[in-house]
Amino acid sequence: MMALLARFARTGPSDWIIQRVTAVVMMAYLFFIVGYLIANPALTYGQWSDLNSLLSMRIFTLFTIMAVAFHAWIGMWSVLTDYITVRLMGPKANGLRKGLQVGLGFIILFYLAWTIKILWGL
Amino acid sequence: MLNVSIYRYNPEVDDEPYMQDFQFDTEGKDIMVLDVLEKLKIQDPSLVFRRSCREGVCGSDGVNISGKNGLACITPLSEAVKGNKLVIRPLPGLPVIRDLVIDMSQFYAQYEKIQPYMINNSPAPAIERLQSPEERAKLDGLYECILCACCSTACPSFWWNPEKFIGPSGLLQAYRFLADSRDTATEERLASLGDPFSVFRCHGIMNCVQVCPKGLNPTKAIGHIRNMLIRSAT
Ligand code: SF4
Ligand code: SF4
Ligand code: FES
Repeated sequence: MMALLARFARTGPSDWIIQRVTAVVMMAYLFFIVGYLIANPALTYGQWSDLNSLLSMRIFTLFTIMAVAFHAWIGMWSVLTDYITVRLMGPKANGLRKGLQVGLGFIILFYLAWTIKILWGL
Repeated sequence: MLNVSIYRYNPEVDDEPYMQDFQFDTEGKDIMVLDVLEKLKIQDPSLVFRRSCREGVCGSDGVNISGKNGLACITPLSEAVKGNKLVIRPLPGLPVIRDLVIDMSQFYAQYEKIQPYMINNSPAPAIERLQSPEERAKLDGLYECILCACCSTACPSFWWNPEKFIGPSGLLQAYRFLADSRDTATEERLASLGDPFSVFRCHGIMNCVQVCPKGLNPTKAIGHIRNMLIRSAT
């Protein structure tokens, strides 16, 4: 399966697996954070900061934001190729769709970089 | 009197499609939608629709009946009439040739893509290629499809990408041959379905299952194909 993920070529099965795996990662992170907040109702800044300076926590957060990145890229590509198409909008659709996809790519990379900066304070 | 509203479009004379209203006397009988169309055609011979067997076998009279795709010949008025009104339109998503007749080329092109015939190049045995009863049972719920297109034209994924997404009908048939113990082209068939569109554009909306007049379940067949594709890719 790693060979499949490593290969950049987009196929139906690889997209499908990536969407499922990334969804599981995001769910795990969500459950963890919500669970943590419920377990610590009187959370202080110190506690929160300690939690997020653990290397394991930082890596977990980084993995999650990477999961969000892949999930959003594939999911939005799928939405755009359904609705922003020549069939529905005429010839201008192709350029518009590619423009949106590139814009989305920038937003995703921005969030990735920002997350790394927040986590490691680079 | 029943209010019947029918989609009319004759590209030779009409600039655009319109709905024509008829008053129809059912004489209190629960007849089929096709019977209504036949009687209205006597009243207005310019009304055009397809039909042949009038018993749910040929698949030619798929139309949109009060918002739901189905075969006019086996849909009784008791199922189709809402608030004393019956609305009949062509199947959605494909080009209209005239009135209720649509151009199904795109639908057939997708069917053709899945190679809807048995592939087995080993020499044919003297009498026939045998199957065990269990192997034969795997084809139940698949071979009964009459290609009426009710499912594919109810599928949003097919509306958006009819040239790339095979659609529920074609995929049900694709699985019919993948599941056939006598067919030897499983790998080639899977290889031609592994792109992100052919199979994976199905989002499990299940409109296809809801409308199939033969009670078939394309979503389930698509799930089997997807699992076969994932297994062969990992
Ligand atoms: S289940 Fe799949 S094939 Fe059936 S209507 Fe939905 S998207 Fe279309
Ligand atoms: S699966 Fe059902 S709805 Fe679809 S073409 Fe076949 S018979 Fe018609
Ligand atoms: S006329 Fe043949 S299926 Fe309805």
